[in-house]
Amino acid sequence: MLAEKGLGFSQSVDPPDTVRFMLPSDPASIRAGLTTLFALDLLRPLTEESLGTVQIVLAEALNNVVEHAYVSFPGKIEVWVTLRDGFMFIRLLDDGLPMPGGTVPGDKRIRSDDLPEGGFGWHMIRTLSHDLTYQRDGTRNLLSFCIGVDYHS
Amino acid sequence: MKLESQRLGEMIVIRVMDDRIDAAGAIQFKERMRELIADPSERVVLDMSNVGFLDSSGLGAVVSVMKALGPIRRLELSGLTPTVEKVFRLTRMDSVFIIHKSLPEERRNAG
Repeated sequence: MLAEKGLGFSQSVDPPDTVRFMLPSDPASIRAGLTTLFALDLLRPLTEESLGTVQIVLAEALNNVVEHAYVSFPGKIEVWVTLRDGFMFIRLLDDGLPMPGGTVPGDKRIRSDDLPEGGFGWHMIRTLSHDLTYQRDGTRNLLSFCIGVDYHS
Repeated sequence: MKLESQRLGEMIVIRVMDDRIDAAGAIQFKERMRELIADPSERVVLDMSNVGFLDSSGLGAVVSVMKALGPIRRLELSGLTPTVEKVFRLTRMDSVFIIHKSLPEERRNAG
């Protein structure tokens, strides 16, 4: 059923707490992927607040791949989501350009007096996630992080 | 991106009809807002009660609309849903905008 949406969603049988899907590197596909993911049964036990937090971080991380790694050529983004022991573990793989300097950008201080129109993304990712790591493996980027989540009581 | 504008005296209330302002819709949102705010008014209130999700591109678009209004007309926001409110709080943009819990009194009476 998920494959019908053309996003290559597959829910692993083993382990059952994991979904993997591929997204083309354009904003409309990212929106479609997030909408599909957040409608899955796997995420149903999470509170609205946790779903909001996860969507903020995941959207920013995916937008970053589209806007930077795939800035000069299109490609696919492989997304792994595992819900386990009160955490959402996320891994993103792409074949785009490496992060400048080989590391995740630092946390740019947001000053409300100069009214920036960008630079919010990494600040939110860093604030809401844990264990943020980036690796370059050959031509692949791997970004992983986890987010603490709450379940409905 | 569907936006509906309503004039109430010196105030324009613009309601976002879509449920998200994200990277896929931010440019459209900005362009449509610029058309709507070209209509002179003392106050511009953006009703975001239908918007369940806003990403940093969407936030950047809202900030750019505020800048486009100039120094006198300030963009007022209304009806932020929990996730949208969180994005404003985390980025400290909640201190930049006038944020109403719900639409200002005049609008509700008119409705």
